[in-house]
Amino acid sequence: MFGPGIWRLGGMMDSVRELQRMQGEMNRVFSGIGRSLSQEAPSVNAWVGEADVIVAAELPGVDPGKVDISVVGDTLTISGSREAEKLKEGESYHRQERDFGRFSRTIQLPFHVEAGKVEAKYSRGILKITLPRAEADKPRKIAVSAE
Amino acid sequence: MDNSVEYQKRPASNPAETERTRNRKVYVPKVDIIETGDAMVMYADIPGADEKTVDVTLEKSVLTIRGTIAPQEFAGRSIAYAEYDVGDYERSFTVSDEVDRDRIEAVVKNGVLKLVLRKIPQIEAKKITVRTE
Repeated sequence: MFGPGIWRLGGMMDSVRELQRMQGEMNRVFSGIGRSLSQEAPSVNAWVGEADVIVAAELPGVDPGKVDISVVGDTLTISGSREAEKLKEGESYHRQERDFGRFSRTIQLPFHVEAGKVEAKYSRGILKITLPRAEADKPRKIAVSAE
Repeated sequence: MDNSVEYQKRPASNPAETERTRNRKVYVPKVDIIETGDAMVMYADIPGADEKTVDVTLEKSVLTIRGTIAPQEFAGRSIAYAEYDVGDYERSFTVSDEVDRDRIEAVVKNGVLKLVLRKIPQIEAKKITVRTE
């Protein structure tokens, strides 16, 4: 239902990524839809700490106002679009390698987050989202008493 | 012994390629190159680089873009999931002699490098009148 969970780690990581890339490639070949970013875009990295999780994505040349970030429980969705350069009369492409179009990405976080305290920053083409762990989801320390 | 491989000499590729002193990954940035009437405009995706870490050089007819990227790290947090790797960017193009070397414009915004390479206006062929003596 959701995108890849955050717990896929270690040696699996590279092969999982490769499989996803191949799946994306297959989808693109068979869907017949031309230039649009794959469902797996953008690629994300995640760092987990005691109190929060930081998710970063490489999104060069995107208008930060056109990026939507939504959080529900423990899922994070990043979506938006990247506009192609508009060609004027008499201009032509020598090369066109960069991807354009809509992108949407949903990932499952390792814990529920405080949706109201999520912060997102966009600089140098990298989107960085800081998601604090929900108070209710923090581990409780239970004291053991002797009878 | 399993580790005997480490003592083997590594053959060089032919012709020998130049290596970087820093052992860091290098990526080829994706580019769009657009030909306009009087210029060539290049867009290169270099997320993570800014005006201080991008280097554009034009030597003879080789245009080289280099971007240095610092690895992302956050204190107190450890990487749990990674789909993309971070490395430097490097790419070279041969450009025609028509490019005006003194008027190359380079702008970096939101991780995209925009280069404007203007062409030298063509000098019209000078007509030489031939007289009879």
